[in-house]
Amino acid sequence: MRDSLSVSLTVGAYGVAFGAAAVANGFTVLQSCMLSLLTFSGASQFAVIGVLGAGGSALSGIATASLLGVRNALYGVIMAPRLKVSGLTRIVAAQITIDESTAVALGQEPRGIDAMRKGFWYTGIGVFVFWNLFTLAGALGAQAMGDIRAFGLDSAVPAAFLGLVWPRLTGKFERVLAVGCALFAIVMTPIMPAGLPIIATAFIAIVIGLKR
Amino acid sequence: MSSFWIATIGTSVIAFALKFSGHSVPERWLSHPKIQRINALIPIALLSALVAVQSFSEKSKLMVDQRLVGLSVAIIALFLKAPFPVVVLSAAVSSAAVYRWF
Repeated sequence: MRDSLSVSLTVGAYGVAFGAAAVANGFTVLQSCMLSLLTFSGASQFAVIGVLGAGGSALSGIATASLLGVRNALYGVIMAPRLKVSGLTRIVAAQITIDESTAVALGQEPRGIDAMRKGFWYTGIGVFVFWNLFTLAGALGAQAMGDIRAFGLDSAVPAAFLGLVWPRLTGKFERVLAVGCALFAIVMTPIMPAGLPIIATAFIAIVIGLKR
Repeated sequence: MSSFWIATIGTSVIAFALKFSGHSVPERWLSHPKIQRINALIPIALLSALVAVQSFSEKSKLMVDQRLVGLSVAIIALFLKAPFPVVVLSAAVSSAAVYRWF
């Protein structure tokens, strides 16, 4: 319960960053809130606003966000046999199957199946509530700001992406891949239509993953 | 319908479909080691590309501005193991300072 609450509050703070960044990138307050309610997956949400904010098409935004959302499907595979739910409960469980709820649930597993299920539900619902409240706050705040650059919002978005990727750079291989993809995207930006340099790096990752 | 609405709804529909599929398909479909490995690499590739594009471009033009300062401060904060909100906030504050005063 304490784990769930502290995770929920921490993630809520990302929500402010998301809401503000979404509005800064041209989304309305309503669209920002709908993304948090319906997409409800931080990295995917940041990706779609990032791609459209950079002038990319809806299709490249959706594709980038969806590639990042694939991991939620893998979490579902892990959680389904542990939760054993069906019908409406399964729909709710699916919607709150994200990094945080899965991580807390698996962390609670040594304490038994009940603790694990509580960890999943409390964290998933807690993050959902705070993430959405904070998104609204961030979106309204950014809307009131006017020139977003004067408040540093143009830097908050790349910093958020960096904060999301940083914990994944666990070894030399991961760091080389990250720097390589960043350079690739920069070199391709003036050449390819907006949004495509980003999706193209996913194919680099797929090819490397298949070969390794 | 504007591209922002299409992106909002399309992303949301696919995000839920992915989540629900995980709860519904047989485990062996998605537990293949190659799929697991690719799934670990994709976020690294996409997020790194997004950091680069969001820091150094404006539409299809490359440029260096106050965001370079924000990004550098974020990197320093991450090396110092700062929590996520501190990373984002320090990047925003430093970038805003450069934008206003230079």
